[in-house]
Amino acid sequence: MRINPKKVNKFIQIMLNVQAFFTVGILIVIVALILVKGIGNINLEFLFSFPEDMGRHGGIYPTIIGTIMLVILSILFATPLGVGTAIFLTEYTKETILTKIIRFGVESLAGIPSILYGLFGFIFFVIKLKMGWSILSGVLTIAIMILPTIIRTSEEAIKAVPKNFRIVSYSLGATKWETVIKVVLPSATPGILTGIMLSVGRAVGETAAVIFTMGSSLRLPTSIMDSGRTMAVHFYILAREGISMEKAYATALVLVLSILLINIVAYYTMNKVVSRFS
Amino acid sequence: MDKTVLCTKELNLYYSDFHALKNINFSVFKNCITALIGPSGCGKSTLLRCFNRMNDLIDEVKITGEIFVNDENLKDIDIIELRKKVGMVFQRPNPFPFSVYDNMVYGLKIHGMNNKKENMKIVEKCLRSVGLWDELKDKMSMPALDLSEEMKQRLCIARLLTVEPEIILLDEPCSALDPIATMRIEELIIELKQNYTILIVTHNMQQAARVSDWTGFMLLGELVEFGETSQIFTSPKDERTEGYITGRFG
Repeated sequence: MRINPKKVNKFIQIMLNVQAFFTVGILIVIVALILVKGIGNINLEFLFSFPEDMGRHGGIYPTIIGTIMLVILSILFATPLGVGTAIFLTEYTKETILTKIIRFGVESLAGIPSILYGLFGFIFFVIKLKMGWSILSGVLTIAIMILPTIIRTSEEAIKAVPKNFRIVSYSLGATKWETVIKVVLPSATPGILTGIMLSVGRAVGETAAVIFTMGSSLRLPTSIMDSGRTMAVHFYILAREGISMEKAYATALVLVLSILLINIVAYYTMNKVVSRFS
Repeated sequence: MDKTVLCTKELNLYYSDFHALKNINFSVFKNCITALIGPSGCGKSTLLRCFNRMNDLIDEVKITGEIFVNDENLKDIDIIELRKKVGMVFQRPNPFPFSVYDNMVYGLKIHGMNNKKENMKIVEKCLRSVGLWDELKDKMSMPALDLSEEMKQRLCIARLLTVEPEIILLDEPCSALDPIATMRIEELIIELKQNYTILIVTHNMQQAARVSDWTGFMLLGELVEFGETSQIFTSPKDERTEGYITGRFG
């Protein structure tokens, strides 16, 4: 007997709804859990004072600074390189063995577990190039780690720019580079920004690769050659070594809220950019 | 006889194995509107695109024969200078996804003109000549994609005029427009004839009859007949031309 297609349709509709709510539900539960456990310990003093006794008391000021430095610098390193690679792959080459190899390499890089990046960064930057456990080592390692994301999202964004924009630009006498800089990149900006935002999220949340390369010093970093600790690493150490679960949750909450804030700001500015361009 | 601005001699064009243009000898005269008509796939757009080397963007195109722009061999003209001199308007209105103003100064900026006051003067002049100035003078920051289709096409023509072309290639400029907008763009094209030489490809025979001074009829890559528009439409010499304009095929 044939199942009534209308009933199947109804059933699928309900199932899809349940799935969607389940996904959002998980997110809400996680945020709520951290919020409930962490909110009591958060205040301005926590944000702006130094940790004492391994973080058992005091605040997380140096880890906030460490996180900001790591994220901003690694994005600054990875973005030009990643967007440049994407431009090369989409605008300056035809599909050949070479581009296939590059693309395969990029995809493989994206699949490597972060601890391997950490190990590589430790062996190459920390030991071989004698940078030591420093913010610079961490930045370079994280930049390599987020590079594939930036390349792939930029590539997709650039490919999505309609071909006739380029053709018109050429017909007005523009060169390829002028076309890329003045037409293609501005039109692809929202997509490229999405990739950068995803990368910010990965950099903020990374622990393994950071511990191996940037170390976990609790002192306030004064140069990029200093070791430092990010919020994610701080949380990991507080929880892993049972130093203080309250402080760990409070740190996690600051981490989650800042990621949320970054995403909201990015979403808002992206909408503004998008509405200007379409 | 009017001065010849564009001219081809024994022009052949191949898309890898496909022979798209066969032995074309064709001329466009100064301050005239020349129309290319013919059924789909006859090569009329391909011929049009030869004059500003837009076919270069396609792989595996091979061209033999010669093309002259103002008696200068196309091969000897720098491609950027050529495209500045020979401008093009496309089938679908294609403003950039920027503001009206940024669209208008795009061509100026890539040709190194960054003086804001000067540029604004040129923008005004060009928007006036396409009849958009009064409507858009207070809306310079409006996104160009929010304009109506007709205004977009006018804007594209104005954007082209900013780089001061001598010759304008129009590739079915009205095929995305409604009849009223088409009529107004045709009026604009006739007005532009005073200052520019125009080559227009069109699907629409009546359009060719309405706007052009000279008409070329193409079929399967050949230029079957070329002559004054009135002659082509009233007493065509070739029976294929007659068959097409009387609607026996096409």
